[in-house]
Order: sequence, then structure tokens, then C-alpha cells
Amino acid sequence: MIARKSTLFILLFLLSQVAMAQDDLLKMLEDETEKDKKPDYTTATFKTTRLINGHSVENVAGGVLDFRISHRFGYINSGLYEFFGLDQATTRLGLDYGLTNRWMIGIGRSTFEKQLDGFTKYKLIRQSSGAKKTPVTVSLMAAMVYKTIKPSTTDRENFKTSNLYYTYQILVARKFNESLSLQLMPSMNHYNLVPGTTLPNDFFSLGFGGRLKVSKRVTINAEYYYQFPNSKLPDTTNSLGIGVDIETGGHVFQLYLTNSTGMTERSFITETTGDFLKGEIHFGFCISRVFTIRDPRK
Amino acid sequence: MKSSLLSLTLLITIASFAQPMYMTRNGQISFYSKTPMENIDAVNNEVTAMINSSTGELAFAVLIKSFRFERALMEEHFNENYMESDKFPKATFSGKITNPGNVNFNTNGNYPVSVEGELTIHGVKKSITSTGTINISGSKVTTLSTFLVRLADYNISIPALVADKISETVEVKVNCEYQPKK
Repeated sequence: MIARKSTLFILLFLLSQVAMAQDDLLKMLEDETEKDKKPDYTTATFKTTRLINGHSVENVAGGVLDFRISHRFGYINSGLYEFFGLDQATTRLGLDYGLTNRWMIGIGRSTFEKQLDGFTKYKLIRQSSGAKKTPVTVSLMAAMVYKTIKPSTTDRENFKTSNLYYTYQILVARKFNESLSLQLMPSMNHYNLVPGTTLPNDFFSLGFGGRLKVSKRVTINAEYYYQFPNSKLPDTTNSLGIGVDIETGGHVFQLYLTNSTGMTERSFITETTGDFLKGEIHFGFCISRVFTIRDPRK
Repeated sequence: MKSSLLSLTLLITIASFAQPMYMTRNGQISFYSKTPMENIDAVNNEVTAMINSSTGELAFAVLIKSFRFERALMEEHFNENYMESDKFPKATFSGKITNPGNVNFNTNGNYPVSVEGELTIHGVKKSITSTGTINISGSKVTTLSTFLVRLADYNISIPALVADKISETVEVKVNCEYQPKK
């Protein structure tokens, strides 16, 4: 009786062994590695570090230098004499560098007001799926602008610090799917000197933006900064930009239409005067070319 | 008494018999694309693979996002534009050694092998054959192989703009070192 029982047991055991051997090895491998899954961080929420005028949550990778040439023509409604704005142009030349994959710095020089600017951006939270789920990417951006154009008035003392402006932004973005990414940008601009005694020194605004990927290498972008009612300079409008990003290997070309003239945060968020609906729109473009300074594998 | 002893011995033999699995979590797969304009290479050091030494079966699973390039942007474009790694996160191979009798897993040495099976890249499954070497050194097993992958076979399209920078056929190298699986 005992012998029969154990024979049965052995037989069953052998059968189970055979069944296991027939199991697909690949399936077994995948089950085995299921538990050491790592979080899958979302990449390429936007094609480049700028949405249109302002920053996106994207960074240049660690050890990568990004040379950005931005161009802005005159108002489109300025007529044939000005060749619809193409006779005038302002530029910003910028150099951005990734210190790490999450921390970048940059400097720039604009012809507009002869501005010198610098910024730093840090990716605080990364959107991820898989083992760790995070719904959004959050970046912090701080910028400083020094206006070097000679003051227009000499009737009061012009301190150097009066030409300094600061911008602080929290960038919150989510890549909903392959084609749609949206971003929110609560922002604050600080003026050391404002043009009127009744005006505050700090201006608060909320930016909205997004992109639609229409093909693997082309996206349509839009960006709008809403200035809060009691937090704006007189006679200014809200900045709006609509554009296209075209990526070709190491280059990204951005073409856009915007009512903003300046290319630094404080200039386009708080000092836009163009009325988009009246055709006070600039055609502009930016060419971004990246150079790998440090091999990421070393 | 006798029968329980018998079953015990049998169990032990089965247990020792059921130890033919070798596994790795940090195998290496690299690929090379060579054109007169640009050379591209990428390395993945997080390949998981298994070998069943008694049947000669092999399985590989490769996370596409774990390939590292010489430039960060290449890596982004590789994942975004070519491999669509959000849609197809893994490449896999499942196959077997066609001449398992040539390999003695208990004796050190290099054994040339032929492998056939199914390679899945970018969601496309294809039957492939390749040759390689199995190296046995103590309890360590190393598999080495080099084969060619035609991108068009796996629906990986190269836009005309970069066609002279990316080779139509890339060379894939496999170098995985396994330990006995406990």
C-alpha cells in the first residue's frame, strides 16, 4: 500500500517536472525578471528645452551644449514697406549646458534692450510609469536679466541694480500620450525698479502650453501667459505663441508666431504689447544645435 | 521503508537533474551601424537571458530603453522615432541550440554552436538562425554571437533625410555571462 502510494507520488512528481520543462523558457525569464522592474521615466515630453518663448520641462542632457539662435522679425501688419516685418529683426544668441541630466544652466544675449540673461533649471520630479508611478514632471526655473541699454532719462540717478530683473517659474508637465503633452507654468517676475510708484515689484502670472505631435519629427506647439489682473504693467497684453517644431537629427527648428518682442521671461510675460487679433504678430524662429561635450557613457 | 528510500533517491536525482538552468541579469548586447557619414554604436548591459543546458533552449529579453549611446540625443531619437519603445519596450529572442550534443556543460572549453529561433524587435517577430560560441569555465557559461539585422525586416523606417547616416543593416553582438540559477 505504502509502496503504491509512493510510486504514485513519484509519478506525479515526474509529470510535473515534464510539464515545467515544456513551459516556454522566455515566459519563465520574463516571470523571473518581473520583480526587478525599474520605474520607466517618461522621455521627450517636448522636443526641446523651450516651448515657444518660455521654458518647457525638458533639459539638455548632462554634458551637452546647446547653441540656440533665436530670431524675431517685426510685426506682420506693418505692411509691404516693412516687407511685413521681415525688414526688422531682433535676435538672442544663447548657450545652454547640461551639468547633469536634471540640472542645466544657460546664458544669452538679446539685441532687444541689449539684455544679458542667465538661468538655471532643475528637474525636480520626473513623470514615470512601471514600478514607480508619478503623474507629472516638475521643473524649477530661475532667471536673471540685466538690461545694458543706456537709460533714456538722466533726471534721476540710475543704479546698476535698477536694470536687474528676476523670474521664478514652476513648470508642471504631463505627457498624456505619444502625441499630447500639456504644461502649466505658475510664474513670478520681480522688478528692482518699476515704471510707476503705485506698481508692485512682483508680478504673478500663470502660463499654459502644450504640444501635439503630428509626425515623428514635427510637433505643433502653443503657449499662453495669463497675467493676473492686479499684477501687470499698464497697457500690456498677455503673451501668446503658436509654433511648429521640426527636428532633424542634431537640430531642432522652431518656427512660430507670437505677439511678444522680447525673448527673456520678464520681457515676454510682463512687457508684451502686441495685440494678436490686430495682427501685431512677429514671425520668429529658433535654431537649436546640440554638441556633445562629454560622452554620457564615460 | 525500502520504497521511501527509493523515492528519496529518485527525488534527489530529479532535483540534481532539474538544475540545468543558467541565468544572467547583466548580459551585454551591443549594435553597430556603420556608414561613411557616421558610425553609431550602442550598448545594453542589462540584458536578461536564460539557458536550459539539458534542452539547449535559449531566451533573451532586452529592454530597449537600456541601450546607451555616445550622444544623449541619439538615445532619445532611437527610443522615440525608430524603436517606439513606449509601444514596444522589449526585444526578445526565444530559440534553441540546434547541435546541443556538441556542448558539454561539465567540461571547460569553447563550443561552436548554431542557434535558431524567433527574434522579436519593434513588435515584429522573425525566424532567424545564427552561429556563436558557448564558453564553459567552471560554473560560468558565456554565450557569444554576432549577427546582422536588417532594419526594414522589423518595420524600422529610416527617413530619407538621415538615410546616409544610418546603415540599413546593423551588426548585433551578444556577450552574456551566466551563472547557475538557484
